[in-house]
Amino acid sequence: MSEIERHAYDVVVIGAGGAGLRAAIEARMQGKKTAVISKSLFGKAHTVMAEGGAAAAMGNVNPNDNWQVHFRDTMRGGKFLNNWRMAELHAKEAPDRVWELEAWGALFDRTKDGKISQRNFGGHEYPRLAHVGDRTGLELIRTLQQKVVALQQEDHAEFGDYEARIKVWAETTVTRLLKDGDRICGAFAYVRETGRFVVFEAPAVVLATGGIGKAFKVTSNSWEYTGDGHALALLAGATLLNMEFVQFHPTGMVWPPSVKGILVTESVRGDRGILKNSEGERFMFRYIPEVFKDKYATTPEEADRWYDDPDNNRRPPELLPRDEVARAINAEVKEGRGSPHGGVFLTVVDRMPGGAEEIKRRLPSMYHQFKELADVDITTEPMEVGPTCHYVMGGVEVDPDTAAALVPGLFAAGEVAGGMHGSNRLGGNSLTDLLVFGRRAGLGAAEYVDSLDARPAVTEEAVEAAAAEALAPLERKGGENPYAVHAELQQTMNDLVGIIRTEEELKRALEALDKLRERVGNVSVEPVAVNDGRGYHPGWHLALDLRNMLLVSEAIARAALERQESRGGHTRDDYPQMSAEWRKVNLVVRLAGDPGDPRVELKRQPMEPMRDDLLGLFETDELKKYLTAEELPAEVGAAAGDESEEGDR
Amino acid sequence: MSYEAKFRVWRGDAGEGELRDYTVEVNEGEVVLDIIHRLQATQAPDLAVRWNCKAGKCGSCSAEINGMPRLMCMTRMSTFAPDETVTVTPVRTFPVIRDLVTDVSFNYEKARRIPSFDPGDTKPGEFRMQQEDVERSQEFRKCIECFLCNNVCHVIRDHEENKPSFAGPRYLMRIAELEMHPADTADRRAIAQEDHGLGFCNITKCCTEVCPEHIKITDNALIPMKERVVGRRYDPVVWLGSKLGIVKKGQDTPSA
Repeated sequence: MSEIERHAYDVVVIGAGGAGLRAAIEARMQGKKTAVISKSLFGKAHTVMAEGGAAAAMGNVNPNDNWQVHFRDTMRGGKFLNNWRMAELHAKEAPDRVWELEAWGALFDRTKDGKISQRNFGGHEYPRLAHVGDRTGLELIRTLQQKVVALQQEDHAEFGDYEARIKVWAETTVTRLLKDGDRICGAFAYVRETGRFVVFEAPAVVLATGGIGKAFKVTSNSWEYTGDGHALALLAGATLLNMEFVQFHPTGMVWPPSVKGILVTESVRGDRGILKNSEGERFMFRYIPEVFKDKYATTPEEADRWYDDPDNNRRPPELLPRDEVARAINAEVKEGRGSPHGGVFLTVVDRMPGGAEEIKRRLPSMYHQFKELADVDITTEPMEVGPTCHYVMGGVEVDPDTAAALVPGLFAAGEVAGGMHGSNRLGGNSLTDLLVFGRRAGLGAAEYVDSLDARPAVTEEAVEAAAAEALAPLERKGGENPYAVHAELQQTMNDLVGIIRTEEELKRALEALDKLRERVGNVSVEPVAVNDGRGYHPGWHLALDLRNMLLVSEAIARAALERQESRGGHTRDDYPQMSAEWRKVNLVVRLAGDPGDPRVELKRQPMEPMRDDLLGLFETDELKKYLTAEELPAEVGAAAGDESEEGDR
Repeated sequence: MSYEAKFRVWRGDAGEGELRDYTVEVNEGEVVLDIIHRLQATQAPDLAVRWNCKAGKCGSCSAEINGMPRLMCMTRMSTFAPDETVTVTPVRTFPVIRDLVTDVSFNYEKARRIPSFDPGDTKPGEFRMQQEDVERSQEFRKCIECFLCNNVCHVIRDHEENKPSFAGPRYLMRIAELEMHPADTADRRAIAQEDHGLGFCNITKCCTEVCPEHIKITDNALIPMKERVVGRRYDPVVWLGSKLGIVKKGQDTPSA
């Protein structure tokens, strides 16, 4: 194994989406020699799929907006399970992160007075999402990509080398984090093009690998979303938080089959789109939950007035948080009022004052997506939509301020990190999450590197073990096809750990995953016919990704079985109520047992009580819906007394 | 609704390769990328293909389908007759790594040479721009970097020797985007012509034709850019004005 090349950096960022690039930019601006490891080409990350916008309380459209309102909306959306410190930092810092993008060349849509325009979105009290049509994620990734290039140009001018202080390792996949004692010392990776192995020696590693959607059959996520960062963290001894919370976006395409799951942006609903069942009923009015009763319109007339006069009308129920809308659609389909292909209808026909032209201007990507993939003209026909696995709220347990995981030298930001979004993420909060905590992770990693006396070392044994693990599927003979095992894993998760869960099904899921573990350990692939057989070998890549998907699937299923309540992205048919007692509990998983064949172990961890000044931002009546009597501010806690148990029913 | 389609897929690496025949199942609503994936899952697990989003948003799955540069994820099988043989080959302008995957590093190298956005003294939060002024550059920022425009451009498609001096439509459009950015203060007109080969473009509009984002690359980026270059060099009023010191122009920004 002595021929494996080694490269030394101060900070290695795994993932080149919004969080990874923002972290890398920060680490480099702190003077650290930084590498970005990207599973795909530079600029192709899943962030490009984000459509709606980046939520930041700039107050450009409605001056009443501020960080406190944004914080409240985020906590409500997450049903108060959020790490409140993260939600606070996010709400406070998001505007600066958006303005910073503009100084790096981003071109957001404008208000009449030339500021960044902001649009309405589910769960946000005021128009808050900075956007560029419905391709905001692309703008974000391109701006960060171009900022990386700008920094490389500075280094080229100074050192004659574009990559002197920040290098993007495109199409390179990390399979193991390396440790020296209890702390991080680097990462082991393969380069897709050649299959050659690379060792990165670095005291600090930032995980920014995104989500886990490819563990499910119907998903809006791209092939990279195989839970790599979640699994790498577990394997390195870190912990994952609240993995049971998986967001099913209410509106994915349902037809044709080959595009099932592809996202239909929430902006469609923000821009007057409404949901109807097969009977033509605008059904969302029947699904406004108790906790949101006074914030949403009860008649179509009031709802329609809201778009132009939000101060004097309540919001349309189509703009409830995503978990509520997804469950409503699920129920309509189950009760036989679905569309021909098993979804419901989402329509903007005759809903915009500017007619078809306005639809095409406001929703250009959606117009093209339906025209080209489904042969549907959304200016004259309704779309058919249904829930699709979109986002995992659970993730690596981190320190809110520094993004540090429990393992020294390990940091995590973006979707791979847990806590920020509680049990359900609001649309638009992801893009600003990437920026706020990407920056904090880059900063945290840089400060950590500065604090070290000596750099940790990568041992030859660790490298050999990682190489042997990566080579195993090629050396095994006559094993199973990784594609077949993957398909079964996805089907299992979709059927048994999906949008509505029960104890019986979750137990069956865990049994099925147990059997799948053996099969994952037994997949084999033939080398390709050229060179040493590992160059651009998709079957081999999938064989390695399967380990990660299996680990996160186990984490999700185990946590879902444990949490006996329904909240946000975790709905238990057998425990349909939200429970104030369960709100105080975080479910934390780690790996335990034989390091060669580790198992997911779960524990309950009490939630840290919210700071008083943050509690003070809410009306007591609202707090009673979520918190136990003991948690309420002292003066009202006593008065609330016996009724608090009823609060969330 | 499903049928067996005849596919010919280029298999090989940088050294050599060949078109190989496959018969593969096609179902209703599928796109070419679905069929390539089915080949991977059932007949050719080592078939190399680059893809990400499968929704026409990331620009990874560029290839040539029956000779036409296209995204595989946005090419519906219903556009072919069931008895038609569908031939899929890698994009031709960039070197093949293996099968349908090419080395597109040419594009990333060109990107690095274009001077970045320069906002001058404007601070974050202070930018004020009108919608109609940002729309011109916004059109170009729709680009998903599939590089089909650079692939199809005859200046480099059949002329390897032009590659060092020609950035291709993608990056000439990037220059136009920055030049039309309301808040940018640099001047890239001279380098557009001298370093990045704007003059090579003889507006055949092949780039516009293959753009999956329907960006009017030639009409809205390249021709206006040519006019700006010409205006700066040859407009007699500008020339006289600058001699008399009435027209003040920024310094030419050098390539990075």
